[in-house]
Amino acid sequence: METTWYLVLSAFIFAIGVSGVISRRNPLVVLLCLELMLNAGNLALVAFSRMHGGEAGQVFALIVMVIAACEVVIGLGIIVAMYRNRLPIDIDEMSELRG
Amino acid sequence: MWFEDVLFFIAAIGALAGALGVVILQNPFYSVLSLVCHLLGLAVLFLLLNAEFIAAAQVVVYAGAVMVLYLFVVAYIGGADEPLRPESGGIALFGPVFAFCVAVELCIAFIASGLKALNTDGPDVGAGFGSPGAIGELLLTNFLIPFEAASFLLLVAAIGAVVLARRRRGLES
Repeated sequence: METTWYLVLSAFIFAIGVSGVISRRNPLVVLLCLELMLNAGNLALVAFSRMHGGEAGQVFALIVMVIAACEVVIGLGIIVAMYRNRLPIDIDEMSELRG
Repeated sequence: MWFEDVLFFIAAIGALAGALGVVILQNPFYSVLSLVCHLLGLAVLFLLLNAEFIAAAQVVVYAGAVMVLYLFVVAYIGGADEPLRPESGGIALFGPVFAFCVAVELCIAFIASGLKALNTDGPDVGAGFGSPGAIGELLLTNFLIPFEAASFLLLVAAIGAVVLARRRRGLES
């Protein structure tokens, strides 16, 4: 397949992730939509790496996966802390960040 | 050759459907399962792009470990159904419209860019392209500092998660 197809697909996945981040209220689902956006970036990186015939883009994709794992761990930790403190699990209600 | 094209469209439809499911489904539990479907579709696409190691890491790390973490948290805090947006109009309409604008803009940017190689399949690559050996060699030679920084970042994130989610006794109450 031509590289353009992969890039257009990654653009659509990124846009779906953006719409989820804007319109969902559950922080768990917002984290999932952030994953979608990072994965769209990964797909574009790997497609460009194939287009150039070098593996550097795949290394970037690996680093992006590490960043995504870190973000998930911290985000889920914050959600569990919210639940422990009996705060509502709703990002509209979380208007201030206090420990 | 036609087999690759058919496989691309099947995987692309799977990935897109999984992504739409994450946004549309109301129960967070089903959203996580839908993301697993999306990740498996992406792994097939990575295989089509000769990125074997990335595809394997995607399945093992993402669809395996990270999604299990999500499922634990959803089960822990109780995934209650959530209406998408109770009030109509306003931001409920703004989200999809803004996303559509982003998609159109990105497609224009990709297609109108002057990259000559965009309409090709890319150069012919050898059998070792994207194999664990090739990626590992790059990670330990050209990209050693990002590799070490990533490992340190993972350590910081693990400690941070323990500090964030631990039980605080006698601090606040």
